Amino acid sequence: MADATTGPDQFTGPTPDNAIREADRAGRTEPMVAADGTPLKRSLNRALRRQKLRALALISPLLIFILVTFVAPIADMLFRSVENQIVSETLPRTVVALEDWDGTGVPDEEVFRALAADLVVAEELKNHTRLGSRLNYEMTGMSSLMRQTGRDVDEIGEVLTDQFVELDPAWEEPATWVSLMARDGWVEDQAEWVAAAEEAEAAQDAAATPEERRALAFDEPEPTFRVSDAAQEAFPRTARIYGQFADITQTEDEDSPTEEEPWNIVYQALYEDLSAGTAQGYDGPEADLVARSEAAVSDFDAPSVRSFFVDEIDEDWADPEVWGTIQAFSSPYTAGYFLSAVDLKLTPDGIEAQDADQSIYILLFERTMFMSLTIMFSCILLGYPIAFLLSNLPMRTSNLLLILVLLPFWTSLLVRTSAWKVLLQQQGVINDILVWIGLVSDTNRLALINNQTGTIIAMTHILLPFMILPLYSVMKTIPPSYVRAAKSLGATNWTAFWRVYFPQSVPGIGAGCILVFILSIGYYITPELVGGTTGTFISNRIAYHISSSLNWGLAAALGTILLVLVLALYYLYDRIVGIDNVSLG
Amino acid sequence: MLDTGSEQAFVAFERVQKSYDGETLVVKDLNLDIAKGEFLTMLGPSGSGKTTCLMMLAGFETATHGEIRLQGKEINNIPPHKRGIGMVFQNYALFPHMTVAENLSFPLEVRKIGKSERETKIKRALDMVQMGQFGGRRPAQLSGGQQQRIALARALVFEPELVLMDEPLGALDKQLRETLQFEITRLAHDLGITVVYVTHDQTEALTMSDRVAVFDDGRIQQLAAPDALYEEPQNSFVAQFIGENNTLHGTVKQMGKESCTVELASGEVIEALPVNVSQVGDRTLVSIRPERVEIDPAPGTMEHTLDAEVKEFIYMGDVFRTRLAVAGKDDFVVKTRNRANQTRLRPGQKIRIGWMPQDCRALDP
Ligand SMILES: Nc1ncnc2c1ncn2[C@@H]1O[C@H](COP(=O)(O)OP(=O)(O)O)[C@@H](O)[C@H]1O
Ligand SMILES: [Mg+2]
Repeated sequence: MADATTGPDQFTGPTPDNAIREADRAGRTEPMVAADGTPLKRSLNRALRRQKLRALALISPLLIFILVTFVAPIADMLFRSVENQIVSETLPRTVVALEDWDGTGVPDEEVFRALAADLVVAEELKNHTRLGSRLNYEMTGMSSLMRQTGRDVDEIGEVLTDQFVELDPAWEEPATWVSLMARDGWVEDQAEWVAAAEEAEAAQDAAATPEERRALAFDEPEPTFRVSDAAQEAFPRTARIYGQFADITQTEDEDSPTEEEPWNIVYQALYEDLSAGTAQGYDGPEADLVARSEAAVSDFDAPSVRSFFVDEIDEDWADPEVWGTIQAFSSPYTAGYFLSAVDLKLTPDGIEAQDADQSIYILLFERTMFMSLTIMFSCILLGYPIAFLLSNLPMRTSNLLLILVLLPFWTSLLVRTSAWKVLLQQQGVINDILVWIGLVSDTNRLALINNQTGTIIAMTHILLPFMILPLYSVMKTIPPSYVRAAKSLGATNWTAFWRVYFPQSVPGIGAGCILVFILSIGYYITPELVGGTTGTFISNRIAYHISSSLNWGLAAALGTILLVLVLALYYLYDRIVGIDNVSLG
Repeated sequence: MLDTGSEQAFVAFERVQKSYDGETLVVKDLNLDIAKGEFLTMLGPSGSGKTTCLMMLAGFETATHGEIRLQGKEINNIPPHKRGIGMVFQNYALFPHMTVAENLSFPLEVRKIGKSERETKIKRALDMVQMGQFGGRRPAQLSGGQQQRIALARALVFEPELVLMDEPLGALDKQLRETLQFEITRLAHDLGITVVYVTHDQTEALTMSDRVAVFDDGRIQQLAAPDALYEEPQNSFVAQFIGENNTLHGTVKQMGKESCTVELASGEVIEALPVNVSQVGDRTLVSIRPERVEIDPAPGTMEHTLDAEVKEFIYMGDVFRTRLAVAGKDDFVVKTRNRANQTRLRPGQKIRIGWMPQDCRALDP
């Protein structure tokens, strides 16, 4: 509140501050120096550094608390609005294979082979359902398609497995695979490990007491399996999928690749590699078996993976839209959530408007804005006279009334909101009174709850103190002499109020409006309880996506938009009214 | 102005009482007539009811009892904005959200005065207080003295005949206060307006006013021109409130018309001018101004002398201030001008002091 007397900043004379500023402004060639010859600015900064450090130390606990518990989680949450790694992480081969697809027709065999390999791995890791739910946000039916596919995908390659085993039963032996694939020395390391384990077991068996036995327990893990470079070069696909097989066997199943027969899809990959001819001239372990198999694969009966997907698993795999969706969301970052949040969608053909029956977010944003503004204005209308009265009453009375204003804070928000339900319902107290007075007839009682009216009434009531308090504290600082001066100058009560009192209370209105508006724009409980379907806010939708549909990306996008909207309005307010024109007293 | 005769007072308080809480009277039986063109000051200690009287005149407080008349018309029930009284507040009360020119324009706008006329009036009023080039400033960009000039200009711009000022210079430093005191009296005189001025600073009251009403305890203790107030205080409150004063307690021994004899508490007997003592045996407070006391008067020049002992000597530049022990009290002060050869007394010195009986006033105890 600008006081009538001269504040320190209003002196234009040579105060120390002004002198420094003056010196800066003049751009003097030689800066002011302190007594010891150092530039004045530097010695001032040095003198202030201790104070600054102390101030920093004082706020640092709060700062750290806020950074850890507030800023970081929110940043993470907001990051989710663009993050989309799940597709490229779950279907790495498919995403690469799909790059060349032109978006029309069904992709070729290569893509389906990649998809088969990806899905077998995903199914083993149980990732395919998560992928299904993610893609389901973009296209309904993707979730069940993924689940269905997960059930059948391990059959792919079965025919080839049988043919390889028939060619040479050695292909059935895990040991063959290990010697073919493992890096130099892994087999020896593993043998050593087995020997150590057996030795430990024998020692354990010989141990007398259970304590001794426990002490001798062998808990070292099996040496980590690595694919050899030679195998990687000769059988790129097989090596990749076998590497994943070995990894999953070791980490997920806690088994050894030396004892497990590979998945069917590994044989499929082996077939692909041998057909492609990358293994020609291979001279590593099992070179003889490889050479024989390579000669035989051209006679193998290899069913099309594509037709297995389309005919055996689900005909939806022949739907270009499915593939389009996968392709559209294959990049690790996406604007898709933001587009959904403004009723657009990313389709294979670019950005399109969301179907009319699904576009609700723009409507919700508009409604949230409109209702928040309505609530804000009704708070001004109801709060201003109260604050005016409070600030003009003697201290004792005004304190008592202030307690009444704060009374709602003493009861739980839930209780208050539920009380409104009781009051506002069709058979509720307010309708009863209106009927009794005769303002409305018994047959068409007013619908005051489970709609916008209910939300506006209940939220105005809840947020009113946030308008009254800043107004009151600002009005309290307006000396009565201003209005008296205006009246002595000939102004009527109204003119004195409107031209002298009101402008000085504007900072309070500003502060109250910002408080009420920002609080109401993100309000959740009250609209949820009394808003019905037409009186809910965007925040209710955000809550729905966070806790029910688990579409956190969309929730994050909606939250980000809300945040940006608030900041934009704040900026607008600053431009129009001026943010220093806001005062809490 | 109503031409109902010159003896008709411009402003009149008649038997006015005021109570805020219904228990105590803040203003008790106020009777005061103010002539047109007069500069009247209400002087009194804080809490004596001066502001209350001013607010009743301005219309912001209602009198609990009695009548207030302006130009012969009773104004008790006229709202403030219809009284046409200019007002200057202690905190200036310049509207902070308006520029200086807008502040001055405000009373003219509510009077629906046209734009060009407004501008000439604003310019004239600003020039009058030597603030012509400050029209575009905000009040917060002005110093205290400048703000007070603007407040003055605003109270005068709509040409009221009566202007009220409530301690307008209270927040300013001494030098600025003296300049503005002079300017306010000059303006009031030049414009021929009636001014009711409230202050608790006696120098301000004495230098500015035609008449001063000394307030205490909700009553006017004395209403007189400044010189009369200083030289002939009618009671001990006024005597002690205005200027410096020596007091001696005593009892009236003999009562005459022009003089009375008072026996002091210490047993000495002095002559005094009876002001408000009526009979022998009354307790009284004798008052003597410090500058009317002679030190070691030549024998025969003073009718009355007393023994005194110097307690303290203070050099004040133009005057010497000597504190003495007289008649059993040691707060008796004598002021002597710093003349050539003036003796400077030393603490412990025994001297005699004397004064003329007409300078020694026997007042209520
Ligand atoms: N609005 C008010 N309500 C109650 N008491 C008041 C009010 N204004 C002044 N008073 C009381 O009236 C007395 C006189 O006040 P005031 O007229 O302001 O004195 P002054 O101006 O001489 O200092 C004081 O005791 C003060 O406490
Ligand atoms: Mg006062």
